This record gives sequence, structure tokens and C-alpha cells, in this order.
Amino acid sequence: MPYQLLRFALNKKYPEPCMFPTPERLKPRYDVVIIGGGGHGLACAYYLARDHGIRNVAVLEKSYIGAGGTGRNTAIVRSNYLTPEGVALYDESVRLFQDLSDDLDLNLFYSRRGHFTLAHSDASLRTMRWRAEVNKHLGVDSEVVDRQFIKAKCPEIDLDCGHNAPVMGALYHPPGAIARHDAVAWGYGRAACQRGVEIHQGTTVTGIRTEGDRVTAVETNRGVIETRCVLSAVAGYTPRITSMVGLRTPITVHPLQACVTEPLKPWLNVIMVSASLHIYVSQSSRGELVMGASLDPYEVHSTRSTLDFVEGLAGHLLELFPFLWDVKLLRQWAGLSDMTPDFSPIMGTTRIDGFLIDAGWGTWGFKATPVSGKTMAWTIAHGRDHDLVKPFRLSRFEEFDLVGEKGAASVGH
Amino acid sequence: MSRRLAPQPGEWIDRNRPVTFRFEGRPYSGFAGDTITSALWAAGVRVLGRSFKYHRPRGLYGLDGSDSNAMFETRDVVNIRGDRAPIEEGMDLRAVNTFGGVERDRLRIMNRFGRFTPVGFYYKAFHRPRSLFPFFENQIRRVAGLGTVNSGKALRHTPKDYAFCDVLVIGAGPAGLAAALAAADAGARVLLVDESPRLGGSLTWHGNLDDSRDRLADALRRVEAHQRIQTRTATCVAGLYADGWAALIDRLRLTKLRARAVIVATGVFEQPAVFPHNDLPGVMFAGAAQRLIHHYAVLPAERPVIDTRPEGDSPAAALLKREGINLLAGRFIARARPAGGLAGIRGVELCRVDERGLPRIEQRAEQLACDAVVMSVGWTPNDTLLRMVGTRMEYSAEREQFLPVELPGGVFAAGKVNGLVGLEDRWADGLHAGQAAASALGFGAAPGGSRPAPAGPAINHPYPVSDPDEGKNFVDLDEDLQVKDFRNAIQEGFNSPELLKRYSTVGMGPSQGKHANLMALRVLAKERGEPLAGKQITTARPFSTPVALGHLAGRIFTPYRHTPAHAFHTERGARMMFAGTWLRPEYYEVVGKTREACIQEEALHVRGAVGLIDVGTLGKMELGGPDAVRFLERIYTGRFDNLKVGASRYGVACDESGVVIDDGVVARLGPDRFYVSTTTSGADAIYREWQRWALCWGLKVILNNATAHWGAMNLAGPRARQVLQPLVDISLAAADFPYMGVRECRLDGVPARVLRVGFVGELGYEIHVPAGHALGVWNRLMEAGRAADVRPFGVEAQRLLRLEKGHIIVSQDTDGLTQPFEAGLGWAVKMDKPFFIGQRSLKIHQRRPLKRTLVGFQTDEARPRTMPRENHLIIEGKEMIGRVTSIAYSPTLKRTIGLAYLPPSMTAPDTRFTIRADGGELVPAQVCRIPFYDPAGERQRMTTPEEDAR
Repeated sequence: MPYQLLRFALNKKYPEPCMFPTPERLKPRYDVVIIGGGGHGLACAYYLARDHGIRNVAVLEKSYIGAGGTGRNTAIVRSNYLTPEGVALYDESVRLFQDLSDDLDLNLFYSRRGHFTLAHSDASLRTMRWRAEVNKHLGVDSEVVDRQFIKAKCPEIDLDCGHNAPVMGALYHPPGAIARHDAVAWGYGRAACQRGVEIHQGTTVTGIRTEGDRVTAVETNRGVIETRCVLSAVAGYTPRITSMVGLRTPITVHPLQACVTEPLKPWLNVIMVSASLHIYVSQSSRGELVMGASLDPYEVHSTRSTLDFVEGLAGHLLELFPFLWDVKLLRQWAGLSDMTPDFSPIMGTTRIDGFLIDAGWGTWGFKATPVSGKTMAWTIAHGRDHDLVKPFRLSRFEEFDLVGEKGAASVGH
Repeated sequence: MSRRLAPQPGEWIDRNRPVTFRFEGRPYSGFAGDTITSALWAAGVRVLGRSFKYHRPRGLYGLDGSDSNAMFETRDVVNIRGDRAPIEEGMDLRAVNTFGGVERDRLRIMNRFGRFTPVGFYYKAFHRPRSLFPFFENQIRRVAGLGTVNSGKALRHTPKDYAFCDVLVIGAGPAGLAAALAAADAGARVLLVDESPRLGGSLTWHGNLDDSRDRLADALRRVEAHQRIQTRTATCVAGLYADGWAALIDRLRLTKLRARAVIVATGVFEQPAVFPHNDLPGVMFAGAAQRLIHHYAVLPAERPVIDTRPEGDSPAAALLKREGINLLAGRFIARARPAGGLAGIRGVELCRVDERGLPRIEQRAEQLACDAVVMSVGWTPNDTLLRMVGTRMEYSAEREQFLPVELPGGVFAAGKVNGLVGLEDRWADGLHAGQAAASALGFGAAPGGSRPAPAGPAINHPYPVSDPDEGKNFVDLDEDLQVKDFRNAIQEGFNSPELLKRYSTVGMGPSQGKHANLMALRVLAKERGEPLAGKQITTARPFSTPVALGHLAGRIFTPYRHTPAHAFHTERGARMMFAGTWLRPEYYEVVGKTREACIQEEALHVRGAVGLIDVGTLGKMELGGPDAVRFLERIYTGRFDNLKVGASRYGVACDESGVVIDDGVVARLGPDRFYVSTTTSGADAIYREWQRWALCWGLKVILNNATAHWGAMNLAGPRARQVLQPLVDISLAAADFPYMGVRECRLDGVPARVLRVGFVGELGYEIHVPAGHALGVWNRLMEAGRAADVRPFGVEAQRLLRLEKGHIIVSQDTDGLTQPFEAGLGWAVKMDKPFFIGQRSLKIHQRRPLKRTLVGFQTDEARPRTMPRENHLIIEGKEMIGRVTSIAYSPTLKRTIGLAYLPPSMTAPDTRFTIRADGGELVPAQVCRIPFYDPAGERQRMTTPEEDAR
């Protein structure tokens, strides 16, 4: 029994204070207003306060903390991307994640499991090799492995996939991890509040005021706030926020669905992804199998669930793990993904002075929570893009300077 | 000790069919019709399972499909719900999640450490030092999780089917029966579904059945006799989606149903009274007690007390009084007294209630001995399906429950879900809903009169909670959550329903909070001093009841495709490989030869004699109509309006950002008639995209994806003409059928389209014939070519041959960002056209320096010791400056050649660079001109020696 639990037993009254104490009223003015109380927004608030001493910060969340992508993803963290720019960004994120439970003094259940991307064809094996070569060159632990290796790490898998598109090999990424996604938002939120940040839940941004090309204020359902710096850190609603300042992005919003089974005793110790079968699966610390698949192929701004999603997913899952036929699916849900043409995020300053963006996180946002928070805080504090952020600037689309990560998406989207 | 009662009228068990089974190693028997839980309870077993966190003994609770603590497993099936699953002969059951059996569960010690493990304790510990977390996580994972899945068992397939009806009625209680009859009488085809094995709902167990027996019998007779009513029992509507789309689950299968209208008559879920030890075996819902008696003829307990609040002579009380049970009039259970060990409870302590009906615990407790508590303190609508389709539910302070206030179109609610209590009201509400649903579909008249409204005193206690300092009082039995867990979570800032759920995990267990979500909301409102009105229960999502993956997967239809000549390939020993959804010959195995040797010999044979490759997997599009040529001009980067009938041309397609997405050959068969090939894996996506563009542009073009209609094979090599000429009714002479020509002809009597192509760099004829003739034509060519020694060759040989020619393969030699200029395809891009997809982007690219260029190369050593592989990197110093996209040893050229991306400054022939191969081995190479083989293209244009001589 770890000593941290002793104090619960020794205190008559529950000793924990409120994690997110926030005054009733909005202040008339903040140095920085962050739109979106998800992991990214809260992480940015935390690093602003911790690293740059900027504490007069409001995080505005129209719903509750972590209501969007933070609470809806499948909680996978990895850095085996394809471009040097992408690998550098996500690798820094993995490094930050590894120490994050300690930093935030909240156990995020950051669990290093090892991440397999299965190749069922010659062509995908070639792409895996490309990723592995780039990863290794940049110091990321990543290797193309054969069937025997996969079988040794996951003896339960049917590598022949019921004699349909057998597995030929895989990209193996030992640092691949899962985490308790909600807790990441809570941990950042608590740590930010401890440093003076205010988190206003139930607060909707209705407009952003500018003078010339400069941000002056944010309009909300609870009144107007003066500020000279606004960060949009939302998903699903980015086009609505950017239209408030007259910016256009190439983002299209697609739903991404996921589901969990009833809890089972532990048997799956790795994260298993098959791009050809369009599934990824891991087992949470609670024992649920957490699973996802491809994006819905159409643009819809709704988080409804569909039956055909779970039908397809179940079929493919049973090709890899046929013995799961009796395991029951408990719940499915959906989140909104801001998709960009090159499968990379959009970060940094914009041509509107004081309006910064952290968007376009598609299906790869959770794993970048710490690094986006840290680099965006740096960018706000210094008034210019952090080196890791530069390749992901909004203007890259008009400059045709894309960061092509489609080949590194976990499943074909 | 058997608890089986004398036969009950209408009981569900068949006493003539005993069933024997084992539980935790001991033999038991029940009757056909028993559930696992009822059979065990009848046998006197009280501890059916252990709880999730504290491993407390648990018995039956609701017997309503939500008893998450009475879950079992057999060797093959995990997490079986004992209160729903019928008992089967020979079942060998054990409880899930015990360590050493349900009776001697070693983790029962967790019950003593509750003080150390408050809500969310795992967020507060185990993470420091970081190095110890993996150890703790392992321990946590071992104790978490319910059943143990047997990874050794084989897949069991279940079928799926589709069904249609006018009106789907969910729930066959009085409201559902009335609704089904009313809708069917009006003329609608009705499907009536109930998750119980028999129709009747609460009429089969609730209250005084003597009063309603005749009505039930009459309704069942009418339903059975009605031509327009189909019924399905033991069938659960697990998911309800927009537009009447429903997922029906029974033991055998998933049925996907499209209903034009849906009536939800799913009744209510009973809600618990919360007091210390309200979880121990013997504490149960009144509904469970009544179902035990009426369905299974099992005595719930020897000496139970019934806890009914608000006060009143509830139907449950009436029934149970008959069995000699005490009624707690005007009193409140302050706590139950555990009997210790496995024995459940031995009594309750009572207290008075204050004027608001809440307990006054400070009073001296009154003791009452008993072995069970039967709770009847309130219900909540079983509204999961209603909310899943977007029904707005609002809390009525007057009724102390949620009620539907706004239903989506085509969805109706009837009976107890509408807050109705009295049987007459529920029946009338069902009739009303049935008529309303039918008339909305055009059957019969709209119902006259208004729907019955909830009346009489509220049947739900607003806060049936006794919350003293000592003893665990449970709100969520799935997750072992007590009232204080919610209080603590709220204190920590998780003070909205969604946050409270995520932090405490309420409602995340197998029953999805059917007994807990409302109470969690009540605690939240009370702690915050706010009314419940205006609050919402967390979002309802599929499924209402968990569904086995096997049911969802069905027979697993993952089709793959054979080309018409597949039989030949397998007979000839081809190693098959997947190409998109197709199987293609990778190469033809020769006994005693290595893979590489086979491939190289196939390639050499094409160069020296003649080969035949199956290219039936290529996408094949037919385009027609007056705008067909305009359409192609917009799709492809090249020019096609000047393409002559009878000629073909290579085409490159880009997306809007100028990235190469496909290539193929466009053949003009007539002025408005084109035949276009696409890549194998791109065909379906291309066709979908073309359809979209055709619509967007409003062009008069007919598109037909004829991929599967045509078989195709490429006869290539210097002797190709000699093999083919005798079989066709056209002249193959170069003058009559030049390079890149296309002809429609007859091949051995079969209508054929023949294209003269040069992908592999030899004289070649790509022969397309209707798929049904393709195997015959293939065999005919093999036979006719015997003298010329025609041999089949596979994809690998083709990849080698095209590499010798420097031809790219889209998606191997291009990636997600490759534009034509850097892939050496600039010649195929006509920027002076008015428009093509990607042109705007390519204009921008054209103004910028290239970032990389695809070049040909050869390694210094003809056969490097460590052969570089595709996608190995090109390294200069510590920088990645490029990568290999194709590489192979060419037996014709006797050296290793390849294609690679390099910086534009390094594209001059003979420029030297280094490839990093496996194991970090550095392989020197140099840039070469492409094509490597036959740079002038003489062989494919051919001109046989005989023709040259002429």
C-alpha cells in the first residue's frame, strides 16, 4: 500500500481540495484568453503560468473540462511519424508525457505498452520501412519486425487473419503508450489553477473583436473580456472560431468513432493497429478493450454513433483475435476531428496580431497535448513561433510547404 | 435447501425438464426456463458473485438484465449475465473476478481497506517514483477487469439478417401490446419485440396478477391471431438510430431493422434505496422478488422486510404481504446489519422520517430481524433508447422523475416511460401511441382525445438515502460507489454530471448505470443545493445492453477478388499476393529455385522471348457521352481532345493540391467513347471521385466502372506479335497497329480490345476480353504460344522490367506529397490547358524551386553485399537527403538499379551518394540516366527484325 493513500485513512474528512477553483465572475481583462478547456488549452495555460509567469489567463470552455477530443480519443501516445518535423514534435511530446504524472502530481496511468502497426501487404511494409528508417535516424525507437516477433509479444493474435490478407510484418515502436485521457486534462487544469489561471466552464465564445488586424476583446455568453491575446484550442469548432477573425483554414470536420468492451482480465499488453483492417485496439488499465477505426468518410458536425461502424470494427477485430467473439461491446461514442490536407496540425501565430491557433489535430491530438501546450505557451510568451511549431504554421498551405503525415496515420482515413 | 414454491399460475419454468449444471465446481439443478440466477437462488445459493472493488459478496438485485454482480463465465464465454441467460444443460459456471472462488475470494480483504481507497484514489498514488508504476499497474490490471477471456477458443460465426416493418414496438407490456394492436388494426405491419422470453411485460409479474390475468390472456390471443403483428421475444433492441434503424439482438443473431415508426414502451427500471449494506445478498428490488415468485416460482427469502417509500399500499407490498412479509410503514431503513461471511444480512435498523420524508438518524435505532430487504422506492423510465435517438427528457419535480418532453419525428413513447402508473392509463396510452404511429404513416385516423397524463401521488421517493458515517451504502453496484464517493468527487471539483461520471466512473460498468445514474444526479443536486429540474443524465449511447462482438461481426464478409485466370495461376504454382482487394501472382514457383531466381528468369524470358501477365486487376473505366473528352481533359494533366480514335495515351491524375494520385492509359474507342485504365488499388476511389466530379461539373458523361467486366492480360516480348497474330482478325503489322494504338477486334471469336503498350519495355499487347472469356483466351494464348515458348510472369517480374525502363509506380515511387514535376512526369502535364484538377496548385509549384527529384541510380557494386531496400534513406553526413523508392538487381543489365528521391542539386548523372541499408551499412551509388534499358524505346515501338528487313 503506497504511502500516498495513508492520508485518506488518517483524515476524518476527505482531505482533497477543489481541483479547479474559479471565481464566479469573469474579470474584465486577461492577458491571455484560451478558447477551449481541453487538454491542449489547459496545458498551454499551465505552461504559460509555470514557464513564463503569465498567470492572468482565462480558459473558456463552453461545456466541461475535457468534453471534446480529450475525452473521446483512444488515448494512444506515440512518435513514430514520417516527416522529420512530425517526428520531432511528437517525440518531444512523448518525452513530456513520460514525466507528466510526476510533474502534475496526478497519476495519468501513462503506460508504456509497445505499439504495433501491422502490415498486410508489400506496399504497407514498404511504408513501415520508410517510417522506421526516418524514426531511427531521428533517434526514435522504431523498427520493422517480422511475424515471429509479433507473435512473441502478442501470442493471442491470429497472424493469418482467418486466411485473409495475412500479416507480413509490422512497424514496432516500443515507447508507444496509453494514458488515462481525462486525467491529462484534469492534471493540467489543476496545476494551472494552482498557479492562478481561471477555468470558466459553461462559457461560450460568441465573437472576437479586432481593431485593424489586432485582437482587442472576446465576446462570450457571460460578457465581454478585453484581451490582446487569444488562442483558439478547440476541435470541431475551429472553422467557427477562425471565421470570427476572418481567417480561413483548410480544415474539414469529420466524426471519428470509438468504442469499448466490458472489462476483461488483462491479456493484451501491446497496442495493436492494422491499417489495412482499419482498427486499433489496446486494453485499458481497467481491462476494457478500447478500439477505434477510420474516420467517417463524410463531413458531419455531429457526434452520433452508427451501427455500421461497430459492425465493421467487430468483423476486423475478430479476424485478428477470433476468440473475442463472446466479448461484449459496452459503449460507443464519437468525437469531431479537424482534418487537414496533409494530416498535420495547424499551430502558431497568424496574420491577425494576437490571434493564435492550435487546431487541425485531426486524429492525432491527444498524443501531442503536452508539446502543443508547451510550445504554444512559448509562442505566446515570445510573440513568435517556437521552432517546433514553425513547420505547422497556417501559411504553409498557401506556400505549398506541407508536412505530409498521411502515411503515418494509424489507420487509413 | 430448495426455495422452489408450489407451481405458480403462468410460471415460466418447465418442471418436466430438469437441467443440471455446475457452479463453482458444485452440481446444481434447475428447470428449463430458469435463468442462471433464478436456478441458483432456488437452490439456496446466496452469494452469486463478488463486487468489483471491495469484493463484497453479492446476490441477485434486480433480476432485470442489469445485475452486474451476478456475472458468470464458462470455459468459452465470458461475462454472462445470470439474470438474463437461460440455464443450459451441462453448463460449468464460475463467478467472474474472484481470486480463489466466490466463497473464499482472497481479495475480500479489500473491503477492509476502503478508507485507503476513496474515489479516484488511483490518481493520487502509484506514480512516484516513476520506476515503480509498471509494478503497481500490473497489480491494478490484475484486480481490475471482470471475466477471463479464453484466448484458445475458435471463432463462432453467427448470421445476420435484415428486417422491415411499418411500426416497431419495443416492449410487450400492456402499453406495448395495446400499441401493437392499435397500429396493426389501423393497417400497419407491426413488429413487437421484448427482451423477456415471453410477452406481457409487467403483467406477468407486477402487482396483483389475478386482476390482470384475463386482460393479458385476451391481448396475447389477439396479438397472436393478428395477421399484421409479428412478435419476437428474448430479443433486445440494443441500438436505436436515426430514421427507424434498429439493432435487434437475440441469442443467435443481429437483425438490422428498418422501421418507418418506432414506439418505445420499455417501461421502467427500479431504483435502489441507499443505506449501509444495501448491497449484500438478500437486498433486492421488489421487482426482483416478484419475478422470482411469478416467473420462476422461487421464494425470494425466508423473512424479508419490504421497504416501500413513498408510503402506500404499493402493488409490490400487496403481493408480498400475501407471503407474510413485514411492511415498513412510516419508517426508514437506517442501515442493514450484515450477518457476516457469506450469509447476507440478519436485520435492519429503522428510524423515523421527518416531514420531508428524509431519515432522522439521530433517533435511537429500532431493530428488526430479517434475512432480506425488498426495496420499492422508485423507478426511472427505461429511456436509454429514447435518449439514444435524441429525445429530450426533463426532470419533473412534481413526479420526481424524468419524463420525455420532445420526441424526434417517427418516435413515440407509451406507458411507464411516460410516467404512467395505472394499468388503464398505460393501456390507453399504448392505444394512443399505436394509432398515432400508424396514422403518421397513413394508416387509419389520428387518435381522438388526449393521452393520459401522469396522475396520483408521485411514486418516486426524492432522496431515499441513509448516509451515516459508518458502513458502505452503495449507489452504483457495478463500480462499488458509495454516496460519499460522489460527495468527495464533487468537493474536488467534478461537479457536473459528465465530470462526475468520468471521475467516479459511475455508470461506466456493465449495466451502464441503469440503477445508479439517477441517484448520482440526486446526490449531485443535493450537494450543490440545486434542484434536479434542468439537469440531464449523461448522454445515452449505444448499446442499451452490451452486445457480443461476434453478433456484430456476423459471418465477417471481407471479400477478396480473383481474376478470371486465377485457376491457371494456382495450377501453375503461382505465389499469390494481395494487391488492393485482389490476389495476383507474385511469381510462379519453380521447384528448386529461389524466389529471386524465379523472378529474374521470368523477366529475362520476357526480354528474350515472350511472356504473359495477368493484368485483370487494373481499374477499367468506360466513358461515354458528348462531354467525355472534356471530362478527361479536366481529370488528367495531359491533353486528350486531340487523341485520335484508335489511339491511346498515358494519363496522370492529380488531386487539387497537385499531388499525383493515379495514372493509367486513356484509349479512344470512338469520338465519344473512351476506355481508361487506372491503378489496381486506386480503381474504386477514382471511380467514386469521378462520379462526384461529373456531378459537380454537370457534364454529359456516362461513367461505368467496368473493372470486373473485363479480363486483361499483357502479352509482351519480341515474339508477342508472332503469338497473337494468328488468333486475331486484324493486322498487327506495325504500320496497321502502331505503338500506343488501340483496336477492337475478335480474338479466336471473342470480342477483344487490344492496346499496344510498353510498360515493360518490349513489344506488348494488352488484351482485354469479357471476363467470362478471359480464362479461355489466356489458355488459348498459352497454347498458341507454345512454339514461341510463351511463359507466364508475375507482378515482381513486371516491377523489375518496368524499373529497367524507369517507369514509375504511383504510390511506390510517389508519396502523399509528390507532384508530377519532381517525379519526372512534367512531360505529361500540359499547363496550357484551360483547366485540370490540381493545375492551380501546380502553377504555384512551377514558380518555386523543386525540393526533390526522382532520379535513376545504380550501386557501385553490381550486387552490393548488403542489398539496400525500398525506402532506405540516402544519407549525407548526419542528414537525410533522400530515399530509395525502387531497387532491384537487373539480370538483363547485370547491375543493381533503382529510383530515388534526391535534392535537385544532385540529379546530374554520375553524382555520387550513399544509401544506408540494413544494419547501418553504407552502400555507395551514383545517379544514372533513365531509362536504364533501351533508352531510345526501340523495342517497344518495334519493328521486328523481319519488319525492319521489309
